[in-house]
Parts: sequence; C-alpha cells; structure tokens
Amino acid sequence: MKIKWLIAGLIPLILLVGVLGWVLKNGAGVEQDPAAPIEVLNIERIKVTVSGFELNVSNTGPETLKISQVMVDDSVWDFTVSPSQTLERFDDGNIVINYPWVKGDPHLIKLITENGIITEGEVPVANLTPMPTWENFLNYGFIGFYVGIVPITLGLLWYPFMKRFKRKWINAILALTVGLLLFLFVGTLADGFEIGAEAPSVFQGNMVVIIGAVLTFLLLIGFDQYQQKKLESKGYSPYAIALLMATGIGLHNFGEGLAIGSSFALGEAALGTFLIIGFTLHNITEGIGIAAPLLKSKPRFRDFVLLGLIAGAPAILGTWFGGFVFSPIWGALFLGIGAGAILQVIFVITKMLIEDHKKFKEPSVSWLNLSAFSAGMLIMYFTAFFVKF
Amino acid sequence: MDKEKEEQQKISRRDILKIGSVGAVGLAGSYFLNKVAPYTGTANASSHNNHKKNNGHANHANMTDNSKTSGYKMAERLLTEFDYGKVSTLPNGQTLRTYEVVAIDKEIEIAKGIKFPGWTYNGTIPGPTFRCTEGDMLRFNFINQGSHPHSIHFHGIHPPEMDGIEPIYPGQSFTYEFEAKPYGLQVYHCHVLPLARHIHKGLYGNFIIDPKTPRKPAKELNMVMNAYDLDLDGANEFYTVNGYAFAFMNHPIKIKKDELVRIYLSNLTEFDLLNSFHLHANYFTYYPTGRDDNPSQFTDTIMQCQGERGIVEVRFPYKGKYMFHAHVSEFAELGWMGFFEVE
Ligand SMILES: [Cu+2]
Repeated sequence: MKIKWLIAGLIPLILLVGVLGWVLKNGAGVEQDPAAPIEVLNIERIKVTVSGFELNVSNTGPETLKISQVMVDDSVWDFTVSPSQTLERFDDGNIVINYPWVKGDPHLIKLITENGIITEGEVPVANLTPMPTWENFLNYGFIGFYVGIVPITLGLLWYPFMKRFKRKWINAILALTVGLLLFLFVGTLADGFEIGAEAPSVFQGNMVVIIGAVLTFLLLIGFDQYQQKKLESKGYSPYAIALLMATGIGLHNFGEGLAIGSSFALGEAALGTFLIIGFTLHNITEGIGIAAPLLKSKPRFRDFVLLGLIAGAPAILGTWFGGFVFSPIWGALFLGIGAGAILQVIFVITKMLIEDHKKFKEPSVSWLNLSAFSAGMLIMYFTAFFVKF
Repeated sequence: MDKEKEEQQKISRRDILKIGSVGAVGLAGSYFLNKVAPYTGTANASSHNNHKKNNGHANHANMTDNSKTSGYKMAERLLTEFDYGKVSTLPNGQTLRTYEVVAIDKEIEIAKGIKFPGWTYNGTIPGPTFRCTEGDMLRFNFINQGSHPHSIHFHGIHPPEMDGIEPIYPGQSFTYEFEAKPYGLQVYHCHVLPLARHIHKGLYGNFIIDPKTPRKPAKELNMVMNAYDLDLDGANEFYTVNGYAFAFMNHPIKIKKDELVRIYLSNLTEFDLLNSFHLHANYFTYYPTGRDDNPSQFTDTIMQCQGERGIVEVRFPYKGKYMFHAHVSEFAELGWMGFFEVE
C-alpha cells in the first residue's frame, strides 16, 4: 500500500522531469537566435582614488563577456581588469583606470565589451572616495552617533514632560506617533525602491524590498503574538512595544546612515552635510514616539539608554556600511526590513489605541486622535524638507 | 495619587540629569565632529604630480599595444592597396577595367578587441580603393551577398542610370558601366534607404581617377576618415582612419626624409557634420577633390564635410615622428590619431 502511495506521488514528478528535459534538449519549438548578444555588465561601485578610478563590476548577464575598451569622458583610456578581462556569469571584476580627474567635475566612464555593448558609469561629482582608515571609521561613527543617538535621546528627554499628561492626551501622543511612523514607513519603502532599482536587474531590487518588508512584518507579528500568549493576563507590555518601536526605527535609521555614508562615498559632501542636519532634526520626533508607549508604565533609566541605543546606534552602522561597502542590493534589503518593522509597530500601536478606547466605551477615532495623527504626519513632512532636494 | 508619586520617583531629577548628560555628550560630539570631519572642508583632489607619474602620455591601451590584430592589418592594407581592376583593351582602343565588388555582412575589428557587425564591400571597412585613369571604361560587377539590398553610388560624371540609387537585392547582381571622369579623387558608397544606416555600417570607399598626364611620383597613401556608432544612439563611439582605432599610433607610417607623400583623403564619417586632418610640425598642400586646377591651400589643418575629399601633398624636412589626427579633440581621443615616422 505504502509503495503504491509513493509511486502515485512520484509519477507526476518523473513526467515533469521528462518534459523539462525534452524542452531543454529540443528547445521550445520557436527557433530563434538572439538578434543581439545579451550582455549585462553591472557597475557596483566606482571609487575615486588619487590616481584615477576603481570600478567594481559584475557580469549579471546569461553569457560570458569580455571588457575590451574603456572610455572616460569621450576618450579611449588605458585600464586593467583583475582577475581578467573576460568575466564569466556572476564573475566579479575590478577595473583600475589611471585618469587625471578634476575635483568637483562630473566624469563619465564607458565600458565597452567585445561585442560593442556599452555600460556607462557616472561619477557625478569627482572627489576622493573615503578609504576605510581608522580615522575615517571614527569620523563616520561620529556622524552616525550625531544623527542617530543624539536626537533620539533628546526626544526621549521629553518623557518627564509628557508623563504628566492624562490618558486622553497620552492616546493623542500615540496617535501622533502612528502619524510619524506612517510617514516613515512610506519614506523607507520609497527609498528602498529607489536604491533597489539601482541594483542589477537579476536581483530584482524591488522584490527584495517587498520580501524584506512583508517577511519582517509577519515575523514580528508572529513573535508578538507568541509573547502575548505567554503574558496573556498582562495585555500589551508598554516596554515591549517601545522596544519593538526602537527596533523598527533603528532599522530605519540604518537606512538614514546608509544615505549619509554613501553620499560622502559618492563625493557629495555637501549633500551629506545637509542630510546630517535634516536627519538630526527629523529624528528628535522619533525619540518622542519611542517614549509615548511608556507613558503608562514605570521605565527605569537604563531602559531609556537601551531604547536610545537600539533606535540610534544602527545609524552608525549604516554610515559605515554606506561609506565603505555600500551596494544597492544590501541597501534595498535593509530598507525593506526597516519598512516591515515600522509597519508592525504601526499595527501594534493602532490596535492598542483602539482597544483602549473600546475599554472606555469611546469612539476609536476621536477628533483629538485624528488631529494628533495628522500633526504627526505633517511634522515629518515638513522636517523632511531638510533632506529632500 | 500614590501611583503618580511612585512614577515620579522612578524618574528622579538625577535621572533627568543623566539623560541630559547623554545629550550633552552628543552635542560635544557634534562639535568635535565638525573639527575633525574631513568632509566639511574639501577633500584632496589628485595632484598634478600624480597625473604625470601615472598617465604620462601613454593613456591609450591602443598606443602601448604593438600586436598586429586583424583590425590593424585591415587598416594597414587599405593604406597602400589600390585596386586597378582587370585590365583589357576595347576594340576602339579604350582601356577597360573590370572590378569585382561583393557586398558581404562581416564582423570587423574596429578597435582592439571590439567587434562591429559591419556591411562591407569585399570584406573591409572602408571598401577597396578603386583606381583608374581618366577616359578608361569602367565595369563594376556588383554581387550582393549581404542580408539587405545595397547599391554602389559613384561620385563623378556618368549617365544617371549608372548612378546606383536602385537597390540590388540580396542574391542579385548588377553591372555599373561608365567612363572615368573627371580626374581627381572620388568616393563611392551604398545609396539604399535608410541612407545613414547603410553608409554607417561600412559601405563606402575611395575611388581615384588619375589624370591622363601622370602625377609626379610619390609615396601614395589612402586614408578614409570614418566612425562607428556601437549603440545606435546617433553618436559615434570610435573615430578612425581606414576603419581601425589608433591604427598608426603603434605602427607609425614609415616615410623617407624629403620624399613626396601624397595622401588621398576623404571623409565618410556618419552622424557628425565634419571631420578634419591636422598634421604636426609641418605644412602640406591641399587640393580639393584632387584637382590641380582647383585653388589649393598651404596649411596644416583642413576640414571636410561628409563626402568631401581631396589630395594632401607633403614633404618632411626633418627625421622623427610627426603626429597627425582629427583636430576635433574628441575624435582624436576616440581613435583618429596616428604618426608618420620619417627616416
Ligand atoms: Cu546598402
């Protein structure tokens, strides 16, 4: 019986293998050679060095390709590729071009393969790419600290002030937090798509953002519900919510660090400086948000330190990552995760708000809450002016 | 009330001070940051010394490369090879020259390691340099073995039926027959629509009609200025002479001191209005359309529009290397550059 049962399962599988094998061997029936060679050469990163440019490239196309010529600013230029001019599928190469670049000028690099397929790379503003020295490492760390930990801590400082609020106002602050977070969610997602679009198409950057966001959201929901079961009687633990929030915001701040680090790496120091100022202002509100769920509990001092660190420190990691090892696909993944985490926090706080209002037999969406929610979004909208161009 | 007190105790004044100190450290950090951050000021651009050390003059892979690739060999061959056709005499005593011209789709190496899917006459870009004397009867047996309809349109004076604007379809053939006139330098090219595409793909070449009284003996060179648009965006990536980028950079054209050099120069660059020829450290005489009776120029730089051509005559008074290139710097740096080496 058991064998019969197994065979019943195997038959479709064997047939499927047969069909696939037949198609692979005989083609799909439509005889057509590709009209032009399909070559996809991907420039992952362009470093500006003292003597010229250094490009990390990868062959993400289906075929082996050969880099035969390099042009910089409409001039054929000398170059070396290691390990080899010929890159097999998914091979990485490092191209070194000695070129007298001009500080502040844009430079256009064209890589031409044997079949005449051109891949363009742009240095929008030529400036030395920071090298991962200890000094730079420290400096980047400070930027991250400045952008992440400092403003969030400053935001948390409002806690004693907010502490005196009545339940109605505490709920309003929570609604404001939802507003802030909704803005952050959309922003993080959009940033993710933007960076994801720069990744090689074979990696499907946009899908990476979505998968990262959805999986993170579901995982955190699942984890949350598991904890709820364990603490059935106690209901939501305010500290747990604040922790979740800090985690979500932390991932978001990782993205901000990434943006700052990579803008310095791309030679756009002025943009980087603007981003620092903008994000710092922006992030103060995040501290308020994290403190909000704690208003009904009795947090200890070290809780604040921990929350500040969890929410702020990823900005440091992001700055390092963006400055020294940035690649679009990783950026897309991290921002996707960040978006998912923020969405989960929105979900939890909204649920908490609704339940709280139900308990007191009030409408879930009061005028006060709606105003606070709108205020949260508007605060984010206007502070974001500092980082958008 | 009790609860509130308890909460107040949890966050004491001392705690607020502690939290405040974290902020203060942050502010101090930001101050420090401004002091040490190298990004607020300006990063160091690469210095001129570095440029000299690293780049010198040998910035072109093609310049330091001495290998004789197939593309170079083609350009070198076209420099000195003239196709006089199969010569016979007609009953009336007139010289008859018969040429075989085959249109072939062929991949051409146009710069080191770069393949171009070309359309060619007899397998090269540019096509062969046909040569004859004024008054000869010419017969071009054209066979189209390519994948598209093509033709040969010759510049010069001939009956309109022989003008080559009728497409000859793949597998078909046609014979162009006319008398060679006027003397000078002509060009020929395909004249099938879309014109720019057919010409750009490589169907063109020089066509020399010598005067009845022969010109002074000289070292004769054939140069066709052309270009290639690899991604079909209407802008060329490579500019060449005789079809191969930097052909005569590594393999300078050898000349003898004081020897008369005669260059049959034409411009068949597509997608750019003009091309030019500039010679370093010397002057030359330029005869437009290769006519001695045209006003000539004594200069070191001339320009030609698409289809324009002329004869350059020059002697080199000193030994050494003389650079020549398009005076549009962009074209020069994209391949249209070379040397005469005078010995
Ligand atoms: Cu044609």
